[in-house]
Amino acid sequence: MKVNMFHLMPHRELPDDFEEKYHSVWIDPPWSELADPVRVGQYYNWTLDELEYAAEMGFDGVCVNEHHQNAYGFMPSPNIMASTLARNTKDAAIVVMGATLPAANPPQRIAEEYAMIDVISGGRLVAGMPLGSSPDINYAYGIPPIEQRERYREAHDLIKQAWERDDVFAFNGKYTQLRYVNTWPKPIQKNPPIWVPGTGSRSTVDFVAKHGYCYCFLSYFGNKTAKKNVDKYWERLDELGEDLNPYRLGFLQLVVVGETDAKAEEDYFKHIKYFYDKCLHIDPNFFLAPGHVDHSSLVGATRAGGYGAGMFDDRSNWKFKDYVDNQFVIGGSPDSVAQQLEEAVRTLRVGNLMVLLQIGSMPHELTKKNIALFAEEVLPKVRPIWDAEGWENKWWPSGARQAAPAAVSNR
Amino acid sequence: MVAIGCPAGGPCGGVEPMTTTSQTKKTLTTMNGRVSSHVTIQGSGPPVVFLHGAGGPQWDPFLDDLSERFTVYAPSLPGTEGDPDAVREIRGLWELALHYYEVFDQLGLSSPAVIGHSFGGMLAAEIAATNPERVSKLVLIAAIGLWRDEQQVQDWMGLGPDDLMPLVFHEPEGELAKQMMALPEEEIAKQDETIRRSWALACSGAFIWPIPEKGLTRRIHRVTADTLIVWGKNDGLVPPVYAGDFAELIPGSEVLMLDRAAHVPQLERRDAVTPAVIDFLSG
Repeated sequence: MKVNMFHLMPHRELPDDFEEKYHSVWIDPPWSELADPVRVGQYYNWTLDELEYAAEMGFDGVCVNEHHQNAYGFMPSPNIMASTLARNTKDAAIVVMGATLPAANPPQRIAEEYAMIDVISGGRLVAGMPLGSSPDINYAYGIPPIEQRERYREAHDLIKQAWERDDVFAFNGKYTQLRYVNTWPKPIQKNPPIWVPGTGSRSTVDFVAKHGYCYCFLSYFGNKTAKKNVDKYWERLDELGEDLNPYRLGFLQLVVVGETDAKAEEDYFKHIKYFYDKCLHIDPNFFLAPGHVDHSSLVGATRAGGYGAGMFDDRSNWKFKDYVDNQFVIGGSPDSVAQQLEEAVRTLRVGNLMVLLQIGSMPHELTKKNIALFAEEVLPKVRPIWDAEGWENKWWPSGARQAAPAAVSNR
Repeated sequence: MVAIGCPAGGPCGGVEPMTTTSQTKKTLTTMNGRVSSHVTIQGSGPPVVFLHGAGGPQWDPFLDDLSERFTVYAPSLPGTEGDPDAVREIRGLWELALHYYEVFDQLGLSSPAVIGHSFGGMLAAEIAATNPERVSKLVLIAAIGLWRDEQQVQDWMGLGPDDLMPLVFHEPEGELAKQMMALPEEEIAKQDETIRRSWALACSGAFIWPIPEKGLTRRIHRVTADTLIVWGKNDGLVPPVYAGDFAELIPGSEVLMLDRAAHVPQLERRDAVTPAVIDFLSG
């Protein structure tokens, strides 16, 4: 299994009364009341330091993503983060998870920037191709919700051709018209591995299966919550006659590792609580603009109790144990974490695991401790999970380290 | 997000629609066979086309009133009834206007009176501006389509019901508001109505997201139809200042400004709006 550290780059110091006083963490949190640019510069640098540290400690890859007007994650340009990671890491995959296709104008910009990251890093790019969330794309970036999927597919087609074709070509799309497409630079990996995040909608699953991409479930609600949708993914692949190679699936899981179960709770609980209480304080009206999902998905989700049902439940009285029991967070001693992770990974068939190790308000030093404990005591146990089955990870960048590192550096 | 509306043919506005008048529904195919959409027809007399708001097609007592004197044609925006993806076959407002001319053609209407409410008001103005010969009289009720930075049309897709209700209704706790917002009791019917409302907003959003001003001011000078502008004094969604803006942009138009009404004056003040509109259309 490949294990990657994911970072959201959150605001780490939101006020205690944030969720009472402010309307939403996303779209309209007032910058001038909540943030200071100098301090925020520190957050970005901590984020980069933490990802670089994870790479040094032996993680297979480092992941960044894109959000807008969002205090729980504000890397509006993941490629800016990825470009510096490309310089300061040696052999880790640079997983951009990713630049949101419908928001790029023209999407050729993503073809170019991804190619830059790939050549700077020596072919270590994983090209995430997200549809983008409704808050980001519709409310922050003004794209009509009903156009979002069509724009996504068109942008995808353009980017693929921009990398693959040797001729200078015209692209006559509905949303993008370019007379001369001639990509400079082209990536080292002619076809960088493409990972597509999703929540299990039939249309996205079929898209991923058709193109043979890696499908990624990125949710903050853990492996138990995701099981039903992940199962549907494998069932659909099986129906379509595809193999069940675990590397076809990426999965994000929040993880905290302490010396003991008790120490994990003591160290990390307040940051977990901060994450779920403050970082996910999202106005539901901003969460899903009408038209963001297509009609058949709207019907399916409504019949199933509403889109994102349960997401906005009140969890303010949850204890550490509740988060772990429900597997929103895998937490505890290294042995316990390794055992929980292995069970989750085997149950869901995860080949490309992403772990969120900096959570909410978690400070820099504690994050490094979480990274170190994970790298030294958990990673070696979970990495070989699929080795015996002999699957090939066709979704791994050719320039990144293929095997486990020879020795993990200690710093 | 919240949509306001009543199912076409269903009860709305606190009063059951008249059942004595027969209502028919036609399926129309336009845009060289690509777009299928529906029109609800009721009444007899000269033709009046009614274009619904962003919440989707709805039959209501105001339309019943009109159908006593006119033949009311209420076409639904493609996608909001029948084939949900029909809306994807229409690229932008220009093609949407062309679609409505084809609808008029198929209904045998050369130059009907056109009434539009809210989003439908914007469409009515676009249709009357693009080809002025196709619209004999124009009634704009709480129409969108214009924009002032200082007095913005509120974001009806991003506001929750608690914030939206007081903007839309003069009496947000009143009977009319309750009935218009009510969902059926039965679970499947309730889900159907939730889907219908959400998808109606998705379809109208194709033409007005994220700001419902798409250049109408640059075209509206072409309107030649006699125009009546109807507004609620307490409209919090599209503030009444926009009534004055429309009046200024359409020389010779009249404004009917109603107290005790907000964004649905034709139902909130049906007592005044119905006779005024009938009078205007008959003149």
